[in-house]
Amino acid sequence: MKFDLINSLYVFMLAGFIGFEVIRRVSPLLHTPLMSLTNALDAIAVVGAIVIAGEAKSTFATVLGTIAIVAAMSNIVGGFLITDRMLKMFKTGKPKKS
Amino acid sequence: MNPSAIPYIIEASYLVATALFVLALKWLSAPSTARRGVWAGEIGMVLAIGGTLFRHGIVEYKWILIALVLGTIIGVPLGMVQMTAVPQRTALSHACRALCVTLVGTAEFYLSAPYIPPFKMAVLCLEVILGSLTFTGSLMATGKLQEVLPQRPITYRGQNLVNLSLLAFSILLAVLLVHNPGQKALFPLIIFIPLVFGVMMIVPIGGADMPTVISLLNSYAGISAAAMGFVLGSNLLIIAGALDGSSGFILSVIMSKAMNRSFSNVLFGAFGQVQISAAGAKEERPVHSATAEEASSILAAANTVVIVPGYGMAVAQAQHKVRELFDVLTKKGIDVKFGIHPVAGRMPGHMNVLLAEADIPYDRLLDMDAINPDFPQTDVVLIIGANDVTNPAARTDQSSPIFGMPILDVDKARTVMVIKRSMNPGFAGIDNPLYYLDKTLMLFGDAKSFVGDIVRELTGGAGH
Repeated sequence: MKFDLINSLYVFMLAGFIGFEVIRRVSPLLHTPLMSLTNALDAIAVVGAIVIAGEAKSTFATVLGTIAIVAAMSNIVGGFLITDRMLKMFKTGKPKKS
Repeated sequence: MNPSAIPYIIEASYLVATALFVLALKWLSAPSTARRGVWAGEIGMVLAIGGTLFRHGIVEYKWILIALVLGTIIGVPLGMVQMTAVPQRTALSHACRALCVTLVGTAEFYLSAPYIPPFKMAVLCLEVILGSLTFTGSLMATGKLQEVLPQRPITYRGQNLVNLSLLAFSILLAVLLVHNPGQKALFPLIIFIPLVFGVMMIVPIGGADMPTVISLLNSYAGISAAAMGFVLGSNLLIIAGALDGSSGFILSVIMSKAMNRSFSNVLFGAFGQVQISAAGAKEERPVHSATAEEASSILAAANTVVIVPGYGMAVAQAQHKVRELFDVLTKKGIDVKFGIHPVAGRMPGHMNVLLAEADIPYDRLLDMDAINPDFPQTDVVLIIGANDVTNPAARTDQSSPIFGMPILDVDKARTVMVIKRSMNPGFAGIDNPLYYLDKTLMLFGDAKSFVGDIVRELTGGAGH
């Protein structure tokens, strides 16, 4: 696996700035869905777990990788599901301003 | 298809997934586009997982598929929990992510040791330290929120010293391992010590601090996932981790500001001790109390009403009764709004979700900065299960433990009504001078049944 430290640091820094600017704009109204959505997205760590489990380099690694996939996958499914359920509930009022 | 093209196709799927993740968060900025954000995230996730399955080097599919199916089976009920259980579900999901990251880090170490370059080993240590402490810390937070564990902060002498030494010991282990990655015997320790630290870190934290702590754990989990991206050389993981880390960081900053406290104060401040001594200085003073009948006639005579919900509303499951009250008052032509403090409830945005669940339109839910200028023109403020976030001592009394904390200026309204079980000071144990004002009426009772009584009085009175 190629590992380029400096490039990775650039990527990390830029992603941090993007995250900061994008998330700063999320309304406080949606802070709970924000947290559950970022939880689901961050469970992309499942990709790493799949590689570890699938390469089957040792039984130990396969076992750990398999458990890791279960943990991350439960977050992906649960996270997207609950975020969508929450967001469905946010409705505007009918025009009742005086 | 030419097999040599596969790595490029996989990278392309990661690239598109990354773009979709950023868009998902961007669309989440407003309720009108937010659901599109979820779909973008889902498509990105399917692409990334799908692409990974084609990776060269993956030889064993049986366990991957079993694990993916099992994770889905566990994930569905976790996604279908009651809205009142969302804080503990969120804490539990931090724990799952941290578990995943720690396990992958561990496997990676034993596969590669001792041939691990120093930088990679340092990041790997960061990954497993943050992962392990987030794992047990989040499980503790889940236990406290689910009320399996005592919610009161548990403090003892030398607590900060114990915690700091645990942390220092983990860092020392990390230094040793970076120096010589061949010391496989040290690796279990660098997982075990942070596991203990995670427990000890959450022990002194009380329920009122949960919004900050959940955000902070979110941030740790994100950073540990980014560290995993460095270890595995995956930009996709680095970016997802950085996005999540900054989200948790921003929320922690907002929550800390809303409590007028620094990070270190939340984690090492032992807030509970200060509060207990403050509670001792309390004296008996007269309060005005009122019945549901009196409360309803005051509400009916008002033009503008602001309802301030707090954790007590969530505990009493009163949000649907509150919706009925909102409907009755709105029908009478009264302007009803909700004033929501950033740390009301047990996680960021907790109250908004509960009120949205009860079908209250979100344009009626105003955050602290938006609602505060309205209080001097408000006829009646109805506080349901909130305490510290309305305490005027935070503005005036320098000796108060919460002095300087931004609050909802409910005392500037013409009449204040507080639904409360009894005069016992709330969770934080701080006396609230608001309750002794001449304009304040205490409505003693359970939030749900009291609001129900007010609604009955208001609808019964409508026919006269």
